[in-house]
Amino acid sequence: MAISLNVNGETHEVDVDPATPLLYVLRNDLELNGAKFGCGLGQCGSCTVVVDGAAVLSCVTPVSLMEGREITTVEGLGTIEEPGPLQTAFIEMQAAQCGYCIPGMMMSAHALLTRNQQPSDREIRDALMTNLCRCGTHMRIMAAIRRAGELMQQAAAPSERRAG
Amino acid sequence: MRFIRILAAVLILILIVAVGFFALAWRSEIEPVAAADPSSFSEDLVQQGARLAAVGNCIACHTVPGQPAFAGGLALPTPFGTIHSTNITPDPETGIGNWSEEAFQRAMREGVDREGRHLYPAFPYDHYTRVTDEDNRALYAFLMTREPVRSTPPENDLPFPYNLRPILAGWKLLFLDEGPFQPDTAQSEEWNRGAYLAEGLGHCGACHTPRNRFGAVESDRHFGGGEAEGWQAYAINANSPAPIPWDTDSLAFYLRNGWHQWHGVSRGPMAEVTGNLGLLPDSDIVAIATYVASVMGEPDEARRARAEELMAQAAEGPGEVQAAPAVDTQAGAGNPQDRGALIYASACAGCHNGSKPQPFGGLRFSLSTAVNAPNPQNIVNVVLFGLPPSDGQASAVMPAFANVLSDQDVADLLAHMREQYSDAPAWENLVDLVARTRSGDYKVVILPADGIERGPENIGASDGAEE
Repeated sequence: MAISLNVNGETHEVDVDPATPLLYVLRNDLELNGAKFGCGLGQCGSCTVVVDGAAVLSCVTPVSLMEGREITTVEGLGTIEEPGPLQTAFIEMQAAQCGYCIPGMMMSAHALLTRNQQPSDREIRDALMTNLCRCGTHMRIMAAIRRAGELMQQAAAPSERRAG
Repeated sequence: MRFIRILAAVLILILIVAVGFFALAWRSEIEPVAAADPSSFSEDLVQQGARLAAVGNCIACHTVPGQPAFAGGLALPTPFGTIHSTNITPDPETGIGNWSEEAFQRAMREGVDREGRHLYPAFPYDHYTRVTDEDNRALYAFLMTREPVRSTPPENDLPFPYNLRPILAGWKLLFLDEGPFQPDTAQSEEWNRGAYLAEGLGHCGACHTPRNRFGAVESDRHFGGGEAEGWQAYAINANSPAPIPWDTDSLAFYLRNGWHQWHGVSRGPMAEVTGNLGLLPDSDIVAIATYVASVMGEPDEARRARAEELMAQAAEGPGEVQAAPAVDTQAGAGNPQDRGALIYASACAGCHNGSKPQPFGGLRFSLSTAVNAPNPQNIVNVVLFGLPPSDGQASAVMPAFANVLSDQDVADLLAHMREQYSDAPAWENLVDLVARTRSGDYKVVILPADGIERGPENIGASDGAEE
């Protein structure tokens, strides 16, 4: 079936089997390889993307339901030249070891920080409950997310002053 | 003159009724005592009390998730209004620290607090009245040796007349069958032990037996299925909707481990129950299973044959997934059954038709009680909210689909599953049910697959030390 997908602000027309999970279309058809195939069962979180503001597991998300939805992948958070606040913070805190889980971690964090830029550790843990990391960089990931929240607040602050 | 005589007669009658009701409703205060010295209880008694408290699942209602254990304050929505559980830590002012053992025994037996006030039957004293004095003594020892927590629960939110506790005397007159458990001498010792635990402290029937409009369990529909905290508590009598009939062995395994290969994992409030039962010796678990299996009875030949067939199918390996047809998937268009099949193929089949065994793989839906139950609430809950992981240990998990599937999507998916994996008639009003569940209009409590005390970060109680 032909389907129109809005990913990172761009519209893509793809022709896919309607039973395909979103992840496969992102990676194979759109060549957005940030989201990873980990378990394929919605258990590890490495395929996490944001749909309409909420973190979802793209490996168990039917692509057929994604028309008209706003999809954001890790590629949508910034570029190599201009990394976004989450990417900057993850680099600054050296939060990746093998890095396989990181795009998923970032997308769960992105959904959280969009709602709340000063999350408590408990809130971060709850938001990342479905993301697994086998290297053990959890504490650095936590630190990076707190840092990203700070960066987002700093970025928002001058405009608030102007507005005030 | 005649008028005055009638008036006098009416007044006297009212007075007699009032005095009668007062006599019925009035309970004396039991004098407060100084908080018991924790070291005055023997270690064995406290340990026995801990096991009994686990059977009673006391912690589940008397704890706000993430807050200190037994400090109360959990809001319990009932059809009559919201009741908040009490603080049962030994704090003398806000808990039960100044309760004598006599006062505790009376509360368990009669549903009356130390000061003589009637307690609401959200505290299941209609079951706890069966508990022996000896077991109550152990429970008292266990509670009196917990960390005292100073915490006053919020006021109950009950409209008139439910806010008047004396009316509970009338309720008790009608519905409380007070007194200890009477063993059935025709049954084995094991069966009687199981019946004592299940009907008394275990209070299985508080959720698994339907309630009448006065909130009392309907004893003539014993274990006929009820509800708790937004979940269906399935019938656990002859009407059990489980595709594979339960027996003593499968029940015992399930109660001990929180899952069974032919039945899946416990979830919702039952996750707390199976989590708590981990403290019990095997003999007690088997006793409960023996009793409940006997209430369920032997399945008839047809049901047994169907179960054999299903087990053979499931043993053959991954089930076939119905090929997803190419249809217009915009909500409202196309055949809903086909939309459901499509969603199933991309969202569910990976686990539920996969090869990973229980409890970490998905259960075959042909074996699922949820898909075969008369009411779809539980499968709606699981699809929307998933099964969150427990902390620091391997546990069954399922992703939540609330942010992926619309109300119509969930309804179409469930209609497909019901059609495909059950012989039971289609469910009705699915879209409305999904919408009310998603909005919180119908409130659902979501718990990880393990027990409350093993998953404190997510759900249960902290021991008071952490926060």
